[in-house]
This record gives sequence, structure tokens and C-alpha cells, in this order.
Amino acid sequence: MQFVVNVAVLGAIYALIACGYVLVYRVSRVLNLAHGELMMLGAYLLVATASGIGSPWAALGFAVALSLAVGVLVYLFLMRRMTGEMVLAAVLSTVALGIMIRGVVLLVWTASPQYPRAALGWDNPSLALPGGANISFFSALLIGVTAVVYAGLFVFLRHSRWGMRMRAAGQNPLLAAQRGINLHAVFALAWGLATFTGAMAGMLIALDSGLDATMVMIGLKAFPAALVGGLDSLVGALAGGLLVALVEVGVIRFVDPLLADVVPFLVLVAMLVIRPWGLFGTREELDRV
Amino acid sequence: MSKPLPHVSGCMRLSYGDEFRLFETRISRLAAFGFAVVLAMLPFVASPFVLDLATQVLLASIGALALMLLTGFAGQVSLGHAGLLAAGAFTTGILFREFALPFWVTVPAAGLVGGLLGLVFGLPSLRLRGLYLAVSTLALHFVVVYLGAEYETRRGFSTGILIDPPRLFGHEIYAPREWYFILLAAALAALWISFNLLRSRSGRAWRAIRANETVAAALGIRVARHKLYAFVITSAMTAVAGALFALYRGFVSIEAFSLYLSIQYVAMIIIGGMGSLAGALLGALFVTLFPYGIEATMAALPGAGRLAGDVFAVNQAAFGVVMILFLVFEPEGLMGIWRRVRDWFVLWPFRARLPGRG
Repeated sequence: MQFVVNVAVLGAIYALIACGYVLVYRVSRVLNLAHGELMMLGAYLLVATASGIGSPWAALGFAVALSLAVGVLVYLFLMRRMTGEMVLAAVLSTVALGIMIRGVVLLVWTASPQYPRAALGWDNPSLALPGGANISFFSALLIGVTAVVYAGLFVFLRHSRWGMRMRAAGQNPLLAAQRGINLHAVFALAWGLATFTGAMAGMLIALDSGLDATMVMIGLKAFPAALVGGLDSLVGALAGGLLVALVEVGVIRFVDPLLADVVPFLVLVAMLVIRPWGLFGTREELDRV
Repeated sequence: MSKPLPHVSGCMRLSYGDEFRLFETRISRLAAFGFAVVLAMLPFVASPFVLDLATQVLLASIGALALMLLTGFAGQVSLGHAGLLAAGAFTTGILFREFALPFWVTVPAAGLVGGLLGLVFGLPSLRLRGLYLAVSTLALHFVVVYLGAEYETRRGFSTGILIDPPRLFGHEIYAPREWYFILLAAALAALWISFNLLRSRSGRAWRAIRANETVAAALGIRVARHKLYAFVITSAMTAVAGALFALYRGFVSIEAFSLYLSIQYVAMIIIGGMGSLAGALLGALFVTLFPYGIEATMAALPGAGRLAGDVFAVNQAAFGVVMILFLVFEPEGLMGIWRRVRDWFVLWPFRARLPGRG
């Protein structure tokens, strides 16, 4: 039973992070390799607001709003300049952004672990589930948030005006622009939402188990989840997250815990060999370098 | 024609022999000679610190040249360069530790392992392009690093593998000056190999593949074979660089081969300028010296003692900023700047630009 719970928690983490990769890729065909760092930055923003603002809920809300703003700013100041450049150049600029964020985070908050939960004055009770399994409160919350975020994204993309614009921009940017859709606004929104969901994941993980620079690795391991599901499919990100989590927890349990950091990438390689466009993704030809 | 004419008026190639000459004009011959003299004199005038820096630049330039061939000319993106360096270093370390094999066995063996890994890294390239290929090399990087870490823990070398100084012709290579010349020879060999590969059939095939795979195939180029060649050759070069790194340091640890190292190599070819061997060398120089430059700058600032703990972080942040600046404002890298300066002098006193450059 504990096994199922572990898979669900890890799957929820991966899925929540992976939807950020999917949002950006689906709308602008850019692979955001700074997503792990942006997620970590979101968690550190919570650390900052937790120590600066008295009320815990205000601190949380402020940090979430800030992370949304960070995503939009990243688009406005960096990625907007990369539109029309080679795909590789755009991806590498996200890599460079990631390195920069890592340096800044290290400079501002040092390498020692932070515990925003303690600063906010919350505790993290362990909940007993039927079947003798345990789950910590914030892990359960994380599963709930993932469900809410995905439900929200589905409704948003299918029914809202801006969601429809995002889908249109992803399908055919030229036609979308001709129909009067402001592509820059759509892209900025996608970056904002991606950073927002990533930062939510980062904050919840930090609230659950503390935070240091190794969180980037979690973000990077969520990338195979996005790709296994299909880089342009939200359902895929959910399925991919669960699949990667299942394999990872299974390998840790039955084979070798040391493999934990490699398993997602092995799944990734296997997927690239069998079905490069992922479980639910659309087949496409990629540009040359 | 396999290479552009030199930027000197009145230089023409009159025979087939002229096509194959390394240095076509007297100026370039003089410049190469002067450069060779400077490189040869350096260890006799430089301080040990500068000599170590020079050696590091030489090591980095081998890897940068290999990556430039792969990405800058053949157009295959790789984010797993550190994995190949690690493979070379670990092959050397393991062969030395377990079997006490000499230099002349371990280094070629590292090249062989690198070549085999290159085949593995390259196989996805037959099916995947662009981003997906980059991602698959990223995944292989993690696999190689995992294998290295696994070996370290299984054999109880959890802090790393120590390697004794190698013996060459019955002489123990230990002095920094000797290492400098060995690595200089290796770097020059890498440059020479790259240069000749580029003007051979493979080099032309790579450029055609980079320009357009479908057209290349239509022209009768065996795309799959030449892609694999590119991966195997450059991976072998990189693994040899890794092996030399291990022998030079006398120590191998998996910690040294992080994803950050791969990114640094990619940064070298971008900062240097894609599609140019000289760019790879410039990029290796720039990226290797960059952290020392930052450190020196910070030491010169007021309150240096207080800042000392932040050097690593500042370094990383500044490196990211510089990489972004190059990508956004100077996508052709240092070579782009050099070309502009040269054009300015070539065209002086006219302010026109050479056609084809915006």
C-alpha cells in the first residue's frame, strides 16, 4: 500500500512540474531547460516572503504571484528576443538562464538547506491511510493541487478565450497571428503559467521536506515525464509522470536505490527509441540545428 | 572548393597543389610561425599558475574542437559531452587501477571506449533530430555518470581514483612543463585532424547534412553512415581528452563531470562561434579563463575578504549572463567580432560591409 502512495506522490510531483514543460513547448516549440531552476526560484521566493511577511497565507499568495511575474518577465526580457532564432539557440538560452538563476540563488540564499515550513509556523502531520500506509500532509496536498491544476488547465485551454488563443498559437502561429491573436501576449502567458505551476510544485516540495539547490535535479527528472507522455500533450504529462514515478519507485524498491537518479532517463531513452513523439504526442518533424 | 579564399587581394589558386596547402599566404605562414614560437616559449617564461592555466586551455580545446566538429559542422547537437570525457577518464583510471596498464595502452583504450560510446550516442541521431537528439545525449550523459559512480562505490574509491604519473619512453611525466608540451602536441594533433577531416569527403558530407539532410541524401551522401562517423570520431577525440585530463590531474572523480561541464563545452563553441575551428579554440580559451577572471576581479574589489565565499556563485551567475549576452547579441560569437574587425580593416577607408553580412 505504501508503494502505491509513494508512486502517487512522486507521480504527482513529476506531473505538476512536467505540465510546465508541456505548456511552453506546446505554445512556442521551445524546450525550457531552465524549468527546474525556475521551480527552485519559486520555492526560494517563498522562503523570502515567509521571512518578510507576517501572515503565512499572505506570504504564500505573494510568492505565487511573484513566480507568475518571474515567468512573464523571463519571456519579455529573454525569450522574446529568441523568437525567430534557431531552436537550439532558444534552448541554450534557457540553459544559460538556468545557470544564472542557480548562481543568483546560491548568492542570495547560500547553499545551506532552508525550511520555509518552520518559518511559516505550519506543521506537517503524518496521515494514516487505510492499508497501513502513511502520507505526510503536504504530500497529500501536493496530489490535491496537481489534480486541481490539471483540471483548471483543461478547462482553461478548452473553454476560455485565452486558452483557445494558446492552442491556436501552438497549432499554427502564422495563422493565429493573422487572426489578430497577440502572439507575444500568448507566449508570455504560457511562460507565466509554466513558471507558476512549477513554482507551486517547488513550494510544496519545500514545505514538505525542505529546500536546497539539489531541487534542480527533481525538475530535470520531471522532464522525461513530459517527453514520455508527449511534449505537446497535457494528458501525456500526467500519464508520463505516473509512468516514470512507477518505474522509479519500483526500481528503488526492488532493484537498487542508487539507480533512482538514472531511471527517468533510462525510461526516456527507451521511449525515444520506440516512440520518440511520446505516448500522447503528435508526430512532427523537428527543425535542423 | 573546400575552403574559402584567404582575405587578401591577389591571392589565387593556380594548381591543385594550392588547394591542399595549410598556409596559403606569407602572412598566414608568418603568423603561424610566430604563434608557434610563442607557444613553445611560454613554459619557459610563465609562472606555474599561468602554465597550469595554459595546460587547462589546451585540454579544453581538444574537447571543444571535437564538439565543434559534431555540432558546428555536422549539425548534431550533444548535451552529453561531459559523459564522454568521464568515460575516457574512467577508462584510464580503471585500467590503471585494476591492471596497472601503461600510458600507451590506457589512452588508446579510452579512445576506443569513446568511439564505441559515440556509436551508442549516435544511434538515436539516425531517428531523432534537433531537440530530441540533444535530449537523448543528455540521458546518456546521466547513464555514463551513473556507471562511473557505481564503479567508485562498488570498489570503495568513493572519493575518486588516484592515478600515478604515467611513464613515457621510460621517463616519468610529472613536471608541469613536460605536461604542457604533451598536451600542446595533443591539441595540435586534434586541430590537424579536425582541419583535415573537414576538407575530406566526410567533412563535406557533414556540412551537406547540416545544411539539409534530404538534399544531402539526394546528392548520394550516405547520411546515416556519415552521422555515425561524426559521432564516433568526435567521441573518441573527447574520450582521449578525458583520459589526458585524468592523467594530468592524477585523479578521477565523477564529481568533476557534472552536467555543468557539458554546458560549458556547449558554451565554448557558442561563445567562440559556430562553424569555425578557430572559434572552438577561442571559446575554450574564454570559458577556461573566465572563472579566473571573475575571481581576480572580485579579489580586486573593496571588501574582498567578505566576498571570498561567494566566488563560486558569482561565477555561475556571471557565466549565465555572458552566455545569454552572446546568444542574444553576438550569435556568431568571438569569431563574429573578429570577422567584423577584420572586414573593417580590409575595407578601410570605405565603411561598406562585405556583402552577405548584415
